[in-house]
Amino acid sequence: MPKQKLNPSKWVDLYADYLFNYTITRVNDTIVAEDLVQETFLAGLKSAENFKGDAAERTWLISILKRKIIDHYRKINSKKGKAEIKMGYTNADDQDGDWLEERVADPFDLNAEDVLQNEELGIAIQECLMKLPKKQADVFIKKTIQGMETEDICKELNITASNLWVIVHRARTALMDCLENNWFKNE
Amino acid sequence: MSNKKNILFASCEEAKQICDKVQYGEATFIEKMKLNLRLMWCRATKSYTKKNRNLTQLCNKAEIKTLNPDKKEEMRKNINSKC
Repeated sequence: MPKQKLNPSKWVDLYADYLFNYTITRVNDTIVAEDLVQETFLAGLKSAENFKGDAAERTWLISILKRKIIDHYRKINSKKGKAEIKMGYTNADDQDGDWLEERVADPFDLNAEDVLQNEELGIAIQECLMKLPKKQADVFIKKTIQGMETEDICKELNITASNLWVIVHRARTALMDCLENNWFKNE
Repeated sequence: MSNKKNILFASCEEAKQICDKVQYGEATFIEKMKLNLRLMWCRATKSYTKKNRNLTQLCNKAEIKTLNPDKKEEMRKNINSKC
């Protein structure tokens, strides 16, 4: 396998959204997720000389991000321990409370399996998006994921509406094929 | 070859493009009618429509998010200043 090279000037365009989605499903907070992605890029720059080129750039960035997420949880858990309010039912009055209901699982909650599956699906879609030509990926993200109006995208990218639909069509066809190979076959 | 579109009958390619518009709720009444007419007999359009609908459902289910463009710009500047 040829040695991989780092190209930090393209990191934001290529990996920012992918890393952000990876993070948001784990920390559930947009601002924290943005900060962790930013920190990952900076840590990547700092340790660029340690990159041996055996793994893909993205895999390497993900491994840094994983450590950042673990550090984040360590930090908040150490803070939380100090200010934790323990719930206990030690006296007779408390025992009359609806303690049983507080401990029942919420039936409307997504179960862990659903969450995991949606998360994996998100990653599979992102990976397929990365394989598309940049313009197709851009248009698809703006139209489908960000829900922008056709007119606004056309103005921003300086294309006609019929041009946009041709690009959307190509992107959707490529994504369907890619997901068929990477998602439905593994399901 | 003429690029003129038929008022009632859509070609396979045109039908697929209408199907894309349907995914975003942007097909006109006439376009939907043309697509439905073609769906009655064209297997390729039927198969494309099914896959296309699937893709829309998957994208909705995955709830993919994107970073704010300003934040991306800030990150770009940060990286470039340290490169």
